[in-house]
Amino acid sequence: MQNTVLKIDHVTHYFGGLRAVSDFNMELPEGAIWGLIGPNGAGKTTIFNLITGVYIPTKGKIYFRQERKGEFYMEDITRYKPHTIVSKGIARTFQNLRIFPNLTVLDNIRIAEHFRVKYSLYDAVMRNKKFKEEEEKIKEEAMNLLKLFNLHSRTYTLAKGLPYGELRRLEIARALATHPKLLLLDEPAAGMNPKETQELMDMILWIRKEFNLTIFLIEHHMKFVMGICEHIKVMDFGETIAEGTPQEVSNNPRVIEAYLGRKKYA
Amino acid sequence: MKGKETVQNKKIPLFKKRDFQLLVGTVIFWAIFYTLTKFGMMNLYWMHIINVSLIYVILTTSLNLINGFSGQFSIGHMGFAAVGAYTSATLTTIVWNLPSHGVGPFSLFILSVILGGIAAAFIGFLIGLPTLRLRGDYLAIVTLAFGEIIRVTINSIKFVGGPRGIPGIPRFSSFTVIVIFTFLSVIVLRNIIYSSIGRALLSIREDEVASELVGVHTTYYKVLGFTVGAFFAGIGGALLAHLIQYINPLQFGFMATIYVLIMVYIGGVGSLSGSIVAAIGITFLSEGLRLGLDKLDQVTPFHVGPEWRMVIFSVLLVATMLYKTNGLMGDMEFKVLIPEEEDENAKHGA
Repeated sequence: MQNTVLKIDHVTHYFGGLRAVSDFNMELPEGAIWGLIGPNGAGKTTIFNLITGVYIPTKGKIYFRQERKGEFYMEDITRYKPHTIVSKGIARTFQNLRIFPNLTVLDNIRIAEHFRVKYSLYDAVMRNKKFKEEEEKIKEEAMNLLKLFNLHSRTYTLAKGLPYGELRRLEIARALATHPKLLLLDEPAAGMNPKETQELMDMILWIRKEFNLTIFLIEHHMKFVMGICEHIKVMDFGETIAEGTPQEVSNNPRVIEAYLGRKKYA
Repeated sequence: MKGKETVQNKKIPLFKKRDFQLLVGTVIFWAIFYTLTKFGMMNLYWMHIINVSLIYVILTTSLNLINGFSGQFSIGHMGFAAVGAYTSATLTTIVWNLPSHGVGPFSLFILSVILGGIAAAFIGFLIGLPTLRLRGDYLAIVTLAFGEIIRVTINSIKFVGGPRGIPGIPRFSSFTVIVIFTFLSVIVLRNIIYSSIGRALLSIREDEVASELVGVHTTYYKVLGFTVGAFFAGIGGALLAHLIQYINPLQFGFMATIYVLIMVYIGGVGSLSGSIVAAIGITFLSEGLRLGLDKLDQVTPFHVGPEWRMVIFSVLLVATMLYKTNGLMGDMEFKVLIPEEEDENAKHGA
């Protein structure tokens, strides 16, 4: 049996009186690529925000697989702060890119490595040996990552000067710089043409292999989701209305209804 | 394995060429004015202005760390300077009762300045912890209020002279002392900015949510930046007290903060070089205008007294906002202030 990496247990979330997510359950197996789809406002991004600690669920728990001395256990991450959750190994990208615009591409990556840097304020002020060695190390790591994503020619460009496709790549690279075990992608193919979308699909499959990741993604682009995901969850108005393999989901009448509306019987 | 080897074999020099240039530049600057004063060729009034302008460099760069680099709009900076000034002046003048001509035990003075900085940092930490949850205008109002609270509190403490202030503070802040402290402050701030801590601060300015979601403990770093800024404000205040030899709460009012704030914004938010240039430039401009307007008042029938300086500053600030939105320097730095390993041009010859 495959190990569960992320377990979402009966999560419900309210915004004031509005129920944004109701009774969401999921057990994400290690190494899988799962998709989350649904019409606008269905609560997909809210799920991501709940997992990453931006919101704390009104009800329910979220567990994430951790290792300590070779032993695996599910840790309750429900009430953790976002930066703690990142350090546990969950990284994400955003629906509308959230790159640091006035910083260089290199700095964008290095900031994601920040919480793994081992020198103190004192070391930084003195610029001592420990500082220099750590800086060398994270810079080298960042450069390697930039090379993998074919961004190394842009190392010192301010991020705001990058074209859209490269920004998307940079954001994924930045997420990977945190050394995640689980990667959450919020509409990675938004605004891409068919050729770019195809490249992105190849890239995601390659990332999973290269970085040993589990991937959970939100996407509207049906061809993309159907082509890449092994398992799909469909949401509408905060409820999970269907789940299963791409074929099962695409033939499900409730899914068709959510997307296209009910057929008029006249 | 091969990659690891290269890291270990690569010599990492601890002292870089640019640091050396910076040091030599500072020493030359110091030597010129020091000899000029020694041989009586330097007007003591202008020497005093140089000293004041260097202290403003400390105040401005430290405020820039908070406002420019971490993007937290604070306007209570002089409150921290007041804490530093009062702590150190109380120690040297009231507690240790050192003679006012400034030839007492020098180490005690240094100790008092450091303690002034630490006291300011502590107050900064206490204020930063609850207030840095706020953003933008709200943070500005609260820091303004706290700055005033500090001032009014000092105003009501009899032990430090209340509204009368502390007179007869020993004149320890010589040109040499001020140059050394300014140099060290700028270097320390630069080292913080060009480190992972500095990058964390920058990322908070750029996008706080994204910053948190790539693993930066934003609350911690906001408070840290605020505390470090307050520390150097305290150092600046302590030096100022031992330069002008008299402090009272009014000196550290809101307008004093605005003065530093103008320097930060005219110099350029996010540029240490800009802060240095603006702090020195505006201090001199301010004094030059005082003399110039006085002269103008005497030769023309119009009343143009030195109080018109403030009008000119306002015009300057508006002009900056309109034509040079990012200040004189934007977020550019002088080359000597960028550590070599961070400077892309040094390696890529662009």
